[in-house]
Amino acid sequence: MTPFVADVLIPAGKIVAVILYPMVMVVVMIWLERRVVALIQGRLGPNRVGFQGIAQPVADALKLFFKEDIRQRQADAFLFNIAPILVMFSSLLAFCFVPLGEPIRIGTYTLTLWIAESPVGLLIILGLSSVSVFGVIFGGWASNSKYPLMGALRSVVQVLSYEIPLGLTVLTVAFVARSMDLVEIVRRQESAGVWYGFLMPVSFVVFWISAVAETNRAPFDLPEAESELVAGYHTEYSGMKFAFFYMAEYAHMVLVSSLVVLLFFGGWLPPLGGVKALAFLHAVPGFVWYLVKIMFFLYLYVWIRATFPRYRFDSLIRLVWKWLIPLSLLNFLAIALVRFLL
Amino acid sequence: MAFKEIDLNMGPQHPSTHGVLRLKLAVDNEVVLRVEPVIGYLHRGMEKLWESLTYTQVVPLTDRLDYIASLSNNLGYVLAAEKLAGIDVPRRARWIRIVLVELQRLASHLAWLGFMANDIGAMSVLLYGFEARETVLDLFEEYCGARLTIHGIRIGGVPRDIDAAFAVRVRKVLDGIPKWLGDIRALLDENRIWKQRTVGVGRIDAADAVAYGLTGPSLRASGVDWDMRKALPYSSYDEFDFEVPLGRNGDVYDRYLVRLEEINQSIRIVRQALDGLPEGEFSAKVPRVLKVAPGEVFHTIEAPKGVLGFYIKSNGTDKPERVKMKSPSFINLQSLEHMCKGNLFSDVVGILGSLDIVLGEIDK
Repeated sequence: MTPFVADVLIPAGKIVAVILYPMVMVVVMIWLERRVVALIQGRLGPNRVGFQGIAQPVADALKLFFKEDIRQRQADAFLFNIAPILVMFSSLLAFCFVPLGEPIRIGTYTLTLWIAESPVGLLIILGLSSVSVFGVIFGGWASNSKYPLMGALRSVVQVLSYEIPLGLTVLTVAFVARSMDLVEIVRRQESAGVWYGFLMPVSFVVFWISAVAETNRAPFDLPEAESELVAGYHTEYSGMKFAFFYMAEYAHMVLVSSLVVLLFFGGWLPPLGGVKALAFLHAVPGFVWYLVKIMFFLYLYVWIRATFPRYRFDSLIRLVWKWLIPLSLLNFLAIALVRFLL
Repeated sequence: MAFKEIDLNMGPQHPSTHGVLRLKLAVDNEVVLRVEPVIGYLHRGMEKLWESLTYTQVVPLTDRLDYIASLSNNLGYVLAAEKLAGIDVPRRARWIRIVLVELQRLASHLAWLGFMANDIGAMSVLLYGFEARETVLDLFEEYCGARLTIHGIRIGGVPRDIDAAFAVRVRKVLDGIPKWLGDIRALLDENRIWKQRTVGVGRIDAADAVAYGLTGPSLRASGVDWDMRKALPYSSYDEFDFEVPLGRNGDVYDRYLVRLEEINQSIRIVRQALDGLPEGEFSAKVPRVLKVAPGEVFHTIEAPKGVLGFYIKSNGTDKPERVKMKSPSFINLQSLEHMCKGNLFSDVVGILGSLDIVLGEIDK
């Protein structure tokens, strides 16, 4: 393989892929959400544009692209403009650290299925996903309007609170795997022969609840509760800026689902990999297993949204401070103790 | 997070103000300090308009008051007009009216259930409630061709008789409703989030409820046994056997339970009416141009939303001199501030939803 291909073409291709992959997932997710919610509610949902309406999100994005970009006179121009970019940027950047599978060997060249490998990849992803909160705060604050302000305030309190149990449960995984490298964590699950979600169910449940809250999704979608705050922090946004917020939310969901799969459900590993009789499952490419698992958690998001009423702010905060944080602390101590003794 | 009291304008364009209601809220962070409803965005001058119409021409316009329960408005006005004109309605007509208005009560409560659940964030229930309501609306369509603004009750009786085939279809719909309700209750009744959002929220005790003039299911949720169908029976309601469900706590959850039980009671009443439908005429003989002797009358009925009253004053011509309507939504809305004070902003939408208001009736 020539150096040109290895040093220029492949990295360039990866950069395109790391933008395309989340975008394609976002399109699929928006479509999935609208169709599945519709089916749960006994409706049809979008089914006209493309096969079964799959192109509907693309059509919507195109429509938003041609919409007028409205900025209120009282809004702070700089922060107002930067907010959607910040949200979108941090979501996309985090995907650079999300591995899609084991490296592939092509002759002498090893193609890694990630852009940046870092021994603390997990921390960077969590950090980047916290950066997106700034976008929400800026957006809500710079709109200089009451509903966005309340949405932004809710979002700050909610996301900051839920990051504590999120961090504590991620720590338990890092403890058991003795690594913060996502590829390494998956490999450890393979060698341990058991996925961490089954090894540490408490960690998984706490992580999942916190992750739903972190992504501002139902039943924790208070920052954008449409029946209360109209559209929350992005009420004043229109056109492509609104689309950025919208797509970033879905990209964030894809990111969180990827994390759950990597941390707790063995990433690209086939189910029951240790069992001889099921060895044929290895024939399916790891990437397919990975996608299937991610889709399951994305489906879970939609299912929860279609089923539950919305939390109220005080009970949301009570849930995290009175239940999730003590629980995740205890869980953390217990796992640390077990890890120390073994 | 100390930030001082702000005024928040909720509506008239807001997803959960059920039309064009505007609420001026004073909130401290998320705690509601004051609520001031601003109404009139849907004012069409109905009461004045009626003065230029004949007695029979008024009836279709009453459809547009509480458009979720148009038959109940028809009945309220028609009963008052009949009382004033001294028209004796045949028994069969009275029973058919009961079939219609109880079906309407059922449809209205189902729509309310969907709206309120949607306000609290259970968006699927909106669709389930409406799908169940559709089955009832299909019956109305079959009866007289309209689904929303039905105009299915006329002065002197009803426009059409109902036959055995129609009764069979009504029964079939009634059999289907409990399944819908069962599904919805399985989703909500014991749901922790739902209970957190509704139990103890927007409380009003019996004395306050009476003082504020609250009527209908919202009043009965506070434990006051006051249902016009029992208290001052009209249109043969005294011939039916049904119960008036009562709540205890007067909170959103009790208002929810009371309305759900009222749906069951309505089903019971319609079944009784279909079983014992008396023979006879479905309408009295009413002169084409109805001239009413001078006088005045006030008549109240139990509409799905509360006590609906019509005052009519006649001056001897074919047009009423004055019609005044006592609309339940208008009066129930008064107690909103009492219920919301000290609660969180999120609760305002839930409480407003639990009051079951319709702006067409408030603004007239």
